[in-house]
Amino acid sequence: MNLVMRIKDFSPQRKFAWSVIGIILLIGLQLSYMRFFKGFASVTNLSDEFPWGFWIGFDVIAGVALASGGFTLCFLVYIIGYHRYHSIVRPTVLTAFLGYILVAVGLLYDLGKYFNIWHPLVMWNPHSVMFEVAWCVMLYLSVLFLEFVPMVLEKFNLQTPLHFMQKITIPVVILGVLLSTLHQSSLGSVYLIVPEKLHELWYTPILPLLFFLSAITVGPAMVILESALSSKIFHRGLELNIMVDIAGFQLVGMIVYVGVKIQDLFVRGVVPSLFTGSYEATHFMLEIGILLAACLILILPKLRAHPRWLLLSSILTVVGILYNRLNISWVGMMRSSGTFYFPAWSEVFISLFLVTIGAVAFYFIVKWLPVFPEIEGNEENA
Amino acid sequence: MQETKPGKAILLDFTECIGCGACEQACAKEHGLPADPPEDRLSHKNYTVVLENKGQHYRKMCMHCLVPTCVSVCPVGALEKTDEGPVVYHPDRCIGCRYCMMACPFQIPKYEWEKPVPVIRKCIMCNERVKEGGETACSWVCPTGACRFGSREKLLAIAHRRIKAFPDRYVDYIYGETEVGGTGVLMMSGVPFADLGFPEDLGTKPLSELTWTVMSKIPNIVITGGLLLGGISWIIHRRMDIEKENLISPARNGQLNIKPVEQLDKEIVKGEEQSGKEG
Repeated sequence: MNLVMRIKDFSPQRKFAWSVIGIILLIGLQLSYMRFFKGFASVTNLSDEFPWGFWIGFDVIAGVALASGGFTLCFLVYIIGYHRYHSIVRPTVLTAFLGYILVAVGLLYDLGKYFNIWHPLVMWNPHSVMFEVAWCVMLYLSVLFLEFVPMVLEKFNLQTPLHFMQKITIPVVILGVLLSTLHQSSLGSVYLIVPEKLHELWYTPILPLLFFLSAITVGPAMVILESALSSKIFHRGLELNIMVDIAGFQLVGMIVYVGVKIQDLFVRGVVPSLFTGSYEATHFMLEIGILLAACLILILPKLRAHPRWLLLSSILTVVGILYNRLNISWVGMMRSSGTFYFPAWSEVFISLFLVTIGAVAFYFIVKWLPVFPEIEGNEENA
Repeated sequence: MQETKPGKAILLDFTECIGCGACEQACAKEHGLPADPPEDRLSHKNYTVVLENKGQHYRKMCMHCLVPTCVSVCPVGALEKTDEGPVVYHPDRCIGCRYCMMACPFQIPKYEWEKPVPVIRKCIMCNERVKEGGETACSWVCPTGACRFGSREKLLAIAHRRIKAFPDRYVDYIYGETEVGGTGVLMMSGVPFADLGFPEDLGTKPLSELTWTVMSKIPNIVITGGLLLGGISWIIHRRMDIEKENLISPARNGQLNIKPVEQLDKEIVKGEEQSGKEG
């Protein structure tokens, strides 16, 4: 009864948004059924020639990078001591926690024998990068859970465990930063084994370093983007001075990342292959171009301090890093595979389905738990 | 890192192959696969194919590398290099990540894309037969001696002798002798291997070394990184505590504060923090 009344009170935009979400969830459920009961061929364009497609590229390789806001911000706040960013720690930790859960769920869709996902726990192969990534992601998910759980404890006013959690915050954060450093870079190491398959513009022995640098670049950008979005959706103010500050860290990371990336092209002597007119070259130039545009906005202090430009630079950064991950997992792997891969609509839709679930979960958790102090318990605003 | 176990091997002499397809049939029968290869390429339905190019028959199958890339990348050890030589697969361990398909330099492992619970399929060098001292189905059935089974050292010696005796007949190259550290399948051809679609620029080192150089640094990163982060955090927070103490009772250090504005700022931040916690 209560729910019906509330839906009646929704504004037209809100009704529309919820209808779209509902439709996405319904179609996503149907596609999930097909994936798990009819096999890959029914929903994907994956093949023996191209065994890793959109799900690995977007849900896992890019997803992990985009969820890096958690460890970068926790590093700044708890290790370096920038306690004035404290107000955005909780939404960021929540985003990272949900992000990593989505990565794990996305992985379930991509694993042929998803019910064996726990096997790396007991069946070890320390020579495998995938083994290390599996362990790091599992452990980091636990760390994120520990960082998330104080919000629940606070909600139910459980003081004793809350005090205990506060005491172990710094060791937990250190563990989180270490694990993130390892698996963010290891996702780059995953591609070290394919020197003859990944296009030379992207294949470099320093892939792990580039993956790590790009992760700490996109982390702050995701924090800004996510804060801007929640300020819109939850009608709360944007802490602009904090955002501008964080954008400063992002700029440093980005300059180092793009610098190392370009220098690496010279060191390996593959600059000529930028000008061969191949589709790889086009994609590579676009990828770098997007990041340079974001750099340019942040370098100019006037633009950086302007909310719209700041938001634009964050979007560009996120798109640029996402583009990089898809270039490595998809564009750069295509020529050697001897086939043309383009994801089936259902592949993309399942990823959209998962992202939607994440966003809806974020929405309801913010309504329920003390994520943003002023929204907690304010359920009438739903 | 991994030990090299040469073990048993297969020697394929393409110049002797008449393209009868007996090996394909025998393989299909041995492993319960559909008897007629549905396509002219490897798939989960056929572990080996006989093809023809430039007037010469040739064959594709798992190379059974001495240090297999697939074995090194598999996170759960579902692929294994046995002491006898075959690279075998344990479907019950497999999680279906398909990293082996991605990493194999010869693009050998194939997948059952149509099945709800798919497994990897590839030649396993008739592991059961080899373990019992027998030979592979394909070499056993080959009518011309184009496919021979034996110890890798002996087969390699035979191959070198043949090339020396008939230099006009062969390309002076034994494919698999050094590729990615050497393979358990050795190939001889009258046509350049590149024309047959075999990758030529694989190098002579196992690909897994590329990863291991990074992986082996991980314990160091963890220990150094952990100490570094802990140290930084401790120093910074210790200094913050001292500043707070000075602010509360400047007399304790016998001097007044030099930069009161900054410290007031910190006090405000601290206040905000507390109110944040309370809220």
